[in-house]
Amino acid sequence: MVEERPIPSPQAPALGGTKGQPALVANQLTKRFGERTAFSQVSFEVAHGEVFGFLGPNGAGKTTTVRTLGTLIAPTSGSATVAGIPLSAENGVEIRERISIMPEAPGLYLRLTVTENLEFFAGLYGLHQVGRRIKDALEAVNLADRAADLCGGLSKGLRQRVGLGRALLSDPAIMFLDEPTSGLDPVAALEVHDLIDGLRQKGVTIFLTTHRLDEAERLCDRVAIMNTTLRTIGRPEDLRDQLFKKALVVTTLAPLSDPDQIFSRIPAVDGWRSDDAGPYVLSVSDPTIAAPAVTRALVAAGADVLSITESRHSLEDVYLKLIEVDAEARRP
Amino acid sequence: MRMNTGRIAAVVRKEFREYRRSSSILGTMAVLPIIFLIEPMLIIFRLGSSIPASTVQKSVGATFLVLLITPALVPAVIAASSVVGEREQGTLEPLLTTPLRREELLLGKAVAAIVPSVGIAYVLFAVIEVSARLFARNAAVAPALWQGAHVLAEILFAPLLAGWSIWVGIGISARSSDVRVAQQLGTLASLPPLGVVALMSFNVFAPSVTLAVMFAVVLLVADVLLWRVVSAMFDRERLITGVKARQPTGGS
Repeated sequence: MVEERPIPSPQAPALGGTKGQPALVANQLTKRFGERTAFSQVSFEVAHGEVFGFLGPNGAGKTTTVRTLGTLIAPTSGSATVAGIPLSAENGVEIRERISIMPEAPGLYLRLTVTENLEFFAGLYGLHQVGRRIKDALEAVNLADRAADLCGGLSKGLRQRVGLGRALLSDPAIMFLDEPTSGLDPVAALEVHDLIDGLRQKGVTIFLTTHRLDEAERLCDRVAIMNTTLRTIGRPEDLRDQLFKKALVVTTLAPLSDPDQIFSRIPAVDGWRSDDAGPYVLSVSDPTIAAPAVTRALVAAGADVLSITESRHSLEDVYLKLIEVDAEARRP
Repeated sequence: MRMNTGRIAAVVRKEFREYRRSSSILGTMAVLPIIFLIEPMLIIFRLGSSIPASTVQKSVGATFLVLLITPALVPAVIAASSVVGEREQGTLEPLLTTPLRREELLLGKAVAAIVPSVGIAYVLFAVIEVSARLFARNAAVAPALWQGAHVLAEILFAPLLAGWSIWVGIGISARSSDVRVAQQLGTLASLPPLGVVALMSFNVFAPSVTLAVMFAVVLLVADVLLWRVVSAMFDRERLITGVKARQPTGGS
């Protein structure tokens, strides 16, 4: 039968082949509000130019982690380095000059126009060539034609894009994006994804908090899954491989009379299972070796094969498995 | 600590833009001064030509008190919504993620509130002066209004009373969760310094240049102290999470 693998350690640095000093380092970072622990003993590194996904259920401590790294909240214990600067109260201004944070709600001044909102933030960052920067930022988020509109008259999706444009203004070394596609239609979300891809090309480090696992899978070089503590960290494909064995899904026109006799004789197949009359799921070490052998065995057995495909576990499977393990561990 | 004037100017510019488009702020700036202009006008125009000089002095004192209510009340209402207003519209967190220091934010908010308030107070004073010279029936009114101590008191006290109201208002705003409650408390808290002005206006203390300057110095010291106290009270973590920080956050 197919077996699932143990959960990988969250301590693995797995910097994705990047070089030099990391853009972001958290070391045993902990934040408590009185008796309540927002997050505990969180350690990770994010390389320059990396798109790092930060996933977890509601209340997992994602936003509090971002606020802590953004100097809005002081950690209870542990240390961190943000854009090469040690996280401390004294370094708050210096750190905030090098980063930008886009909260889930963009927080725009609704009585001001799009341009006036961006002008204000450009002033706070002490930027030069403000007009050009605003124009570039608005073009990047496809809002150049709405520059003179009052933010109060924009839809939620457009406001989200203004917030993203604002985050781009200062050319930050690290961008913290909290649910950047929340409230966006699929086309607008796709544009944001392309934008994030473009930022990656420019070497901007992106710390992406998201509930959309497809988004994380598509955009992130690595992901961390949080649930108060860091549950795991790594490339999505590595996490899949670590948590789930590779598998082939075999669909036949009619149920096999004796599937165990067919599959157990194939050396490349480690085990198999089938749910009622559903497809057969074969646990394999190497699908490229196993698939031809399985095909031959099925044809030899006279089976009418409809398809043989490699089973792809999504990041969602990884996420759900980890959260499910947490929920089980908490049960009395 | 080095203050960045560019960031302060950015806050001031943004505040002015918001005032221009906020009917409640424009209403406060327009209605309160009109109310406090009508009352002194009635006082000085009711004075007949036969009214003795001592009564004229008392009436002029009352006029000054009413004129000084404007720079105390208008900024109290504006300042009381400054921080809690940002929090209510969800703009506080993005604002606090920028390099802006808390002292710069508070100073920017204070300057933006003090400029229109003092401007309005000076305009009201000028309107009263001109009206008294042109239309007052009692010839003693205009000279009484134009006394050195009164003029100095108006020039000095308008910004200093406004300063008091602003810092107290911002302090209340930083601890408040509702704009209206903050405005009501801010308005109440702006009144105590007016008590001293009232005593002077009603000649309980004989108004003199020395007394005006002394009281102005006391108000100035109080304003500076309040700025420091309110800045120290401005806790990023508390404003964002509602929980007081045990460690300092954000480097001011």
